[in-house]
Amino acid sequence: MTRYLLTRALSLTLTLIVASIVIFVVIEVIPGDPAAYMLGLNATPEAIDNLRAELDLGGSMGVRYFAWITGMLKGDFGTSYNYRVPVAGLVADRIWVSLPLALLALALSTLIAIPAGVIAASARGRAGDFAVIGVTQLGIAVPNFWFAMLLVAAFAVARPWFPSGGFPGWDAPLSALKSLTLPAIALALPQASILARVMRSALIETLDQDYIRTARAKGLNPGQAIRRHALRNALIPVLTILGLQFSFLLAGAIIIENVFYLPGLGQLIFNGITQRDLVVVESVTMLLVFAVIVVTFAVDIAYAIVDPRLRRR
Amino acid sequence: MIAVDGLNLSIRGMPILCEVSMQIAQGEIFGLVGESGSGKSMTALALMGLLPRGAAVSGHASLDGTDLLALREAQLQRLRGNDISMIFQEPMTALNPVQTIGDQVAETLLIHRRAGRVEALRRARAQLDRVGLGHIALDRYPHELSGGQRQRVCIAAAIALHPRLLIADEPTTALDVTTQAQILDLLKDLVTEENMALLLITHDLAVVSDIAHRIAVMQRGAIVEQGETAQVLRDRAHPYTRALFAASAHQPDRAASKTADAILRVEDVHRHYPSPRKGLARGTPVRAVDGVSFMLRRGESLGLVGESGCGKSTLTRAILGLDPLSAGSITLNGHPVSPTMPRAVRADMQVVFQDPYGSFNPRWRVDRILTEPFHLLDTLPPRDTAIAEALHAVRLSPDDALKYPHEFSGGQRQRIAIARALITRPRLLVLDEAVSALDVSVRAQILDLLAELQGQLGLSYLFISHDLTVVRAITDRVLVMQAGRIVEDGATEAVFTNPRHAYTQALLTAAPRLPNSFGAFIQ
Amino acid sequence: MMRLPPTLILGALITVFFAALAVLSLVWTPYDIASLSVSNRFQPWSGAHLLGTDQFGRDIASMLMEGTRTSIAVALVAIGIGVALGVPLGLAAAALRGSLLDEVIMRGNDMIFAFPSLVIAILITAIWGPSATNAILAIGIFNIPVFARVARGGALPIWTLDYILAARTAGKSRARISAEHVLPNIANLLIVQATIQFSLGILAEAALSYVGLGAQPPTASLGKMLSDAQTLTYSYPWLAILPGLSIVVLVLGLNLMGDGLRDALDPRLRRMRG
Repeated sequence: MTRYLLTRALSLTLTLIVASIVIFVVIEVIPGDPAAYMLGLNATPEAIDNLRAELDLGGSMGVRYFAWITGMLKGDFGTSYNYRVPVAGLVADRIWVSLPLALLALALSTLIAIPAGVIAASARGRAGDFAVIGVTQLGIAVPNFWFAMLLVAAFAVARPWFPSGGFPGWDAPLSALKSLTLPAIALALPQASILARVMRSALIETLDQDYIRTARAKGLNPGQAIRRHALRNALIPVLTILGLQFSFLLAGAIIIENVFYLPGLGQLIFNGITQRDLVVVESVTMLLVFAVIVVTFAVDIAYAIVDPRLRRR
Repeated sequence: MIAVDGLNLSIRGMPILCEVSMQIAQGEIFGLVGESGSGKSMTALALMGLLPRGAAVSGHASLDGTDLLALREAQLQRLRGNDISMIFQEPMTALNPVQTIGDQVAETLLIHRRAGRVEALRRARAQLDRVGLGHIALDRYPHELSGGQRQRVCIAAAIALHPRLLIADEPTTALDVTTQAQILDLLKDLVTEENMALLLITHDLAVVSDIAHRIAVMQRGAIVEQGETAQVLRDRAHPYTRALFAASAHQPDRAASKTADAILRVEDVHRHYPSPRKGLARGTPVRAVDGVSFMLRRGESLGLVGESGCGKSTLTRAILGLDPLSAGSITLNGHPVSPTMPRAVRADMQVVFQDPYGSFNPRWRVDRILTEPFHLLDTLPPRDTAIAEALHAVRLSPDDALKYPHEFSGGQRQRIAIARALITRPRLLVLDEAVSALDVSVRAQILDLLAELQGQLGLSYLFISHDLTVVRAITDRVLVMQAGRIVEDGATEAVFTNPRHAYTQALLTAAPRLPNSFGAFIQ
Repeated sequence: MMRLPPTLILGALITVFFAALAVLSLVWTPYDIASLSVSNRFQPWSGAHLLGTDQFGRDIASMLMEGTRTSIAVALVAIGIGVALGVPLGLAAAALRGSLLDEVIMRGNDMIFAFPSLVIAILITAIWGPSATNAILAIGIFNIPVFARVARGGALPIWTLDYILAARTAGKSRARISAEHVLPNIANLLIVQATIQFSLGILAEAALSYVGLGAQPPTASLGKMLSDAQTLTYSYPWLAILPGLSIVVLVLGLNLMGDGLRDALDPRLRRMRG
């Protein structure tokens, strides 16, 4: 198992490094002169020079790249051009909105989807299956931010059960959770639908396998066969999707913050784009990619736990 | 003890079984023999109550007085694994890959609430010891075991609660000859120790003749003949039994002329693979083919036998010029054989594979399939004539050229494969387990066809097989391969009657034998 | 002639309906969406405006038509990118399994998977500004590893079959075998995946234009319509419901068609395999 995990860790670190190079090249190399780009067409040469000095853009690409990387490893994400404060601080505040939102949505969608998928596969071809297929068919087609808008109209404006926007901070945890509820539900719906379908088809395929027949021949009833044999095997393809899902959930969270005026990473990065604050864009993008890669590695660990064939003796 | 009476089965309206009746006594081994589609597996599934959806069953099947067909699902679940157990054909997929073998054997005990977890594992250990797996720990996973070992695990799980009846559906078909012999011996011992009944389902007459007390022969859903094994095989009252017996022991007429000159020379061939990494270094390389030399003469039929892992597939690929050699040389009619050999040389040597279902691109029509090897020829013969001739040679009709592979039976597909192989008029045909996946009666026809073609066209055959009976029927000389080396090389009859190497002797002892017409055993 | 599954028929009908509207919008819409008419705003549905007007007086029906066109165009070209680049990569990786090329392609796939479409869009628009083209690139780039993975996954089991060996003994090169034997036999997988990616592309385009990273006005987009309608959802619900519903129905149609295709293509394969 350790060899498998070490190989994966190595591979993912490589991916991380290449990704960082890509981000660096796009942000700092392609625009030609990032300082000129940030200041726009009407900037005076002196202003551009000043900004260049301020951003340490004097060195060669390689030097600047390593400076950026080492800075990040030390927790220094640069200084936002627009807000004039360290990006690290900005991110720290906002990540406590985006990340919990994405995780909440992940938990919600998993809690709904796995049982739904199991029910559908167990009741294959009968009412339970059709119900799940029908609902998920709809769920997959719904854009999460549109669903969010409808939820706000129905449960925040029409009936003031939930706040329609804003975030009170984690000092008031219950209130904070209330602010994240509608967004999490909106995010979770389409993902739960996808996950339920994957669970269902993975389980159906597993139930066709020979070892299920062996289990039935030993006297297990269909429910026992699913619980003791099929489920764990079906989890393997589901885990793959779960990993991918997190990256979509994170992206979705960022978009959905728009509907609820949540002060998360979304607001930060979209403002950064419109205001041409490349420092913010560069660092936050790197952070997002890093989060996705960490989750991918977590999925690899989960694989190794679930599937003994990956642990060669 | 088991009394099946007038069992009828249809699935979604299609009749599968017709008035099947038989009795199995305690301590008896009952062989149920038939070719594919005879309904033998369905009979077993009917007894277990594991028929697919849409199955309509009538008749009686009683186990010590209890009619299995009248029981509800919950009652059947109590019987399965407990009073009546079943093991299946494919040991490679019969076990849950993510559960330890200890857990899977203990599960039988746990499900039927005969023991708590600790006790169940202890008894699982005892069962695994009993089936000869004493040296394998409980926390091993199926993928760490060989096919034969996995089948033993299945047997252990099946007999853990001392069932009265064990059903074994083709339990050794997917296994090597020597492993097959061991599993069958194990089953025989268990029957005696447990005093249980064994219903052994197989297509192989030789297997039942060795081991079964009584047998029943099935054809198209009905039992055509049953009785004591020796008597049934001696008398062969029913025409189908006669045909089955004849096909199993079939020896085609061969009058091939042999010349002395060699068409294929294999000289000190080595093929090594780097072994998977252990830590930072790699282990010693795997010597799949470790110094093989032999010669195949024009017009000769040379057999190559060996069990799985002996290296014959690797050797075959090297001979076909699909893989490079690590050392040594192969020449075909004096031309060197390698992955980069000229097309004209390739055209002189073609191959027929084992699996009639994977041999053709399902989206191609037969005419396109047959003419694919034209890629090797510089001057193309007229297409339609070539196709018609090829189909005619294998006893198919020219109209078949416009059909798709799925429209043909397994035997017909092998004929198409042979036609494809002959279309470039090669002088050497490599037959890689070419008849192994066919029913016995069909196999006999294909062997006849091959013998005929050899006589007509002066072909040389390299016949690779694990089935000793087939090899004996169709080859002049035979090579026995073990662990990458040829351990015996000689005239077929001589090797089979007087094997010199210990491994050959072990193979021949393990192979099940069919009694010939006079009651003595055909080897 | 086989009986087609009802999901396929229904899905295809819906998809064709939307596609027809989209194509039609190239030459004609009931009203010109660039013309704003403040006096005419918030009209409910009527004879003059089938679906009413929005807060700028623009005809909603026309905007939906053009918005659908944008969505379909973006998603379609994005699939084109994914198939044109991803499928050959996947085929090559399967044909040369275990080689360095295979490793490189697989690592490359992992790399792109680390960048969700949104992040790619962010990077692209940060430098080149938002536009429909950039949305196409962002979605298309993410499609490449999807198709590569599906192609490779479908091709690998085929390479173990005997008819591939037969083709190799007929002297054919791996590239030729990939084209003649492997590709036709994974075509079904790819078609089904394409319908999935198509519907995902529609959703992605809507999300990108919702946050302003996609097609810019005056090009209509369904996402932008939703973003404009956001604050008005409670007072003028149809402004938010209509564009969203269009997305839902179109995506639903595509998914049904994809499911129907999978069912239609599968049993025939099974029958063909005997």
